[in-house]
Amino acid sequence: MSAERRLLIEQGGPGHRGPALPACDVPARPLAELLPGVPLRDELRFPQVTEPEVVRHFIELSTLNHHVDRGVYPLGSCTMKHNPKINDELASLPGFAQAHPLAGDGATQGCLKVIATVQRLLAEITGFAAVTTQPAAGAHGELTGLLLIRAHHRARGEGEKRRRVIVPDSAHGTNPASVNLVGYETVVIRSGDHATVSLESLEKALDDRTAAVMLTVPNTLGLFEPQVLEVTRLAHAAGAQCYMDGANLNALVGRVRPGDLGFDVMHINVHKTFSTPHGGGGPGGGPVAVARHLEPFLPVPLAVSGPDGRLRLDWDRPQSIGRVHSFNGNFGILVRALAYILSLGPEGLREVSKMATLNANYLMRRLAGTYELPHPEPCMHEFVLSGRGLKKHGVRTLDVAKRLLDFGVHAPTVYFPLIVEEALMIEPTETETLDRLDYFAAAMERIAAEARDNPQLLRDAPHTTPVGRLDEGRAARELRLKWDPAARGAPARESATCR
Amino acid sequence: MSFVGLTRDEERRMLAGIGVARFEELLAAIPKEALCERPPAIPGPLSEIELRRLLGDWSRENHAADAVSFQGAGLYDHWIPAAVDALAGRSEFATAYTPYQAEVAQGTLTAIFEFQSLIAELTGCDVANASMYDGATAMVEAVLLARRHTGRKRVVVAGLVHPHHVAVLRTYLDPAEVTLVPEAPGLATPEEVRAVTGADVACVVYQQPDFFGLIGSPHALHALAHEAGALAVAVCDPIALALLEPPGRSPADGPRAADIVVGEAQCLGNPVSFGGPLLGFFAAHQSLLRGLPGRLAAQTVDRQGRRAFTLTLQTREQHIRREKATSNICTNQGLLALRATIYMGLLGREGMREVAELCVQKTHHAARLVQGIPGYRLPFTAPFFREFVVECPIGAREVIETGLEHGVRPGVNLGRFRPEWKNLLLVAVTEQRSRDQIERWAEALKQAGGAR
Repeated sequence: MSAERRLLIEQGGPGHRGPALPACDVPARPLAELLPGVPLRDELRFPQVTEPEVVRHFIELSTLNHHVDRGVYPLGSCTMKHNPKINDELASLPGFAQAHPLAGDGATQGCLKVIATVQRLLAEITGFAAVTTQPAAGAHGELTGLLLIRAHHRARGEGEKRRRVIVPDSAHGTNPASVNLVGYETVVIRSGDHATVSLESLEKALDDRTAAVMLTVPNTLGLFEPQVLEVTRLAHAAGAQCYMDGANLNALVGRVRPGDLGFDVMHINVHKTFSTPHGGGGPGGGPVAVARHLEPFLPVPLAVSGPDGRLRLDWDRPQSIGRVHSFNGNFGILVRALAYILSLGPEGLREVSKMATLNANYLMRRLAGTYELPHPEPCMHEFVLSGRGLKKHGVRTLDVAKRLLDFGVHAPTVYFPLIVEEALMIEPTETETLDRLDYFAAAMERIAAEARDNPQLLRDAPHTTPVGRLDEGRAARELRLKWDPAARGAPARESATCR
Repeated sequence: MSFVGLTRDEERRMLAGIGVARFEELLAAIPKEALCERPPAIPGPLSEIELRRLLGDWSRENHAADAVSFQGAGLYDHWIPAAVDALAGRSEFATAYTPYQAEVAQGTLTAIFEFQSLIAELTGCDVANASMYDGATAMVEAVLLARRHTGRKRVVVAGLVHPHHVAVLRTYLDPAEVTLVPEAPGLATPEEVRAVTGADVACVVYQQPDFFGLIGSPHALHALAHEAGALAVAVCDPIALALLEPPGRSPADGPRAADIVVGEAQCLGNPVSFGGPLLGFFAAHQSLLRGLPGRLAAQTVDRQGRRAFTLTLQTREQHIRREKATSNICTNQGLLALRATIYMGLLGREGMREVAELCVQKTHHAARLVQGIPGYRLPFTAPFFREFVVECPIGAREVIETGLEHGVRPGVNLGRFRPEWKNLLLVAVTEQRSRDQIERWAEALKQAGGAR
């Protein structure tokens, strides 16, 4: 019988406390004298728990997570590859971790080297002229990129006229959300027969009100846009800018440079392609790469090299869109990405996209007979299956996802992209071995058989996880978003089941 | 170097399984002219040994660890308990994704729920989200929420809000929609703020303590914002909130509270790391819940009735609502929020308050010392928390250079922000600074001033 897990606030109580602070070694004065007239709080209902119990609490929580260091994590669009441990070590070197961003350029040459090198290497890898490392995540990069495009149109006197952004129906949700944030309007175009851009729809949508076309390459079905050169040509002919959502750069890295495809600007999710850990939802990094004509608009500051070879942060950029981050973006994440790129080197990076593509195609072919494969063309780094064939057994894609958890692997991305019914979006990444891929495929095959023979097993799944399927509806109805401070020291309730 | 786990023989077997003879056949959709024949012109590969040497050398070029820091201006050198690194560094937290499959993400989800609970308590607000990128973008999102909520455009920034925060706000908004008051630095008086807060104002934003470390009286700002039908947005320091009256809580029959409380929470267990990754927090009144940006974890039960946590109200978010989402944020700062949760759990009720009080005592000790040094003065008289401005007899930049010779980084040169502030030094004194270090700092100032 295991005790139900308690929250920190439900543990300890008065008299319990964590690690000690030093005694005050300066002459102390009463607070009322130091802070005259300042209203102070009467209580802070925080936990009162010893260090050993805090440690146990978070260690226990950690055991409840699936993570890429434990097993396969084929979450489509998220690129859950191995995160080399050396990268974390380097980011936490005292010289980096303790560097204050306002210490001055002379005192932070090492940090500026990191930023300048990342700017240069990402520009080379993506085929663009310049890079800003300020955006803190992919969506933040999208916003930055769209602001650059807006600045470009404004500089040409077309700011008021061009306010529409064309986005395919297969796009990530962040694309239209970012468009809205800069005050633009999203125009959705339906995908063509092969789930790629229909040039006919694109041409119809393009006009002198179009500010940009946003495209994910390869798209969210893992398919490379075969007409991409035509898409960017048509967009430019209409006076629009071309934005590439770089979430799927892992498929291209070292082989295709988005700058060569005619794009004007893209963001790079370094927490995907360049393997900085996802941290349970962040921090990531969303550097933005641009063609030469957009460089003057990049956010301040940029790391640049002075005439004496010393690096400095350049603030004197009169056409800049301004700042997008409190300081210098997610610097610690950039250290990790740099370490990863340098570890792999030129050939290693090419190997990444090759093996990511090989792994995805291998899995796709292996599972094609078991699940529906709406788009059978060779895929890039990911592919999308449909679980609609299981509906006749009363089983949905969600049930397949939940059952997969019982096999010690994470579920794929489900119900996205929206253009595939009952979608299962699978991205194995290059760091999975053939052994692991076969294990995942075998689990998927077994689940398909279970759907036929014992569908209830799937509808009740998962069975071996720390908790069973959750009541999401209740969460949204009751909206209990914080603990009850009165629950301090509450006795553990015993769980209903033996494990 | 490679992290790929396939041999050539396995590759052949896989190609056979796929039904192609060569890998390149899989790339048929890519236009030939777009395929690079050669790999990118980048350095490497480097082994771990070489990488450690190279980046180790670079890290030492910063001289960050070899001087005692009195730098702040938004990011602070607070104590990070050893247990924070030990726990947050675990793979189980670091290498997990956003908790989309709640049954195998209870660790992350429980921690988010605890983070939300702690931030709500600290700010006095009803609800808090799972985190934002940093203090600046948290403030911008608060403004955007206020604009959606009120249907108004203009924003009044009252008093000295961090110049970088204001800069980011101007990037996101039309700069003409941002009104700064007063023009000169200092605390904003209610009269000044009222004069510019008309019926077109979505919110009044203030920082507490402000960019210079000064503590104002926010009640009047809350009241006049509400009188104008606008929201009150407080940008706060979480360590200060362990001591100060929480801006989000309105005492019975007392003054009205701030509607949204945001800020930078790097100081809760995270290194300054050259300015990122940082940790924005976002808390608000219950009535604004459905307009909140970012992720929210909620308590529910599983099918056996056991307590469990899940992401909720996802219909606000971009992956469901797309262009109608409350924000475009997707990836946030999860691991830093976890660190902050561990930090707040370890310090607890007593420790948080002790850190805050030590900051007050040590900062005031430093301020007393500087008043005895000829040529230096404290230009402001309002109460201050962990940071204060010193007017130097020479440029702050020269004071900093002299400080380095004494093994201290005496503060932040405010001349970086405005040329007319070139003699102003912004000094932060955290609980980490010892009496000896503070005295060494004062000695450095004395030497710098006398060297003129």
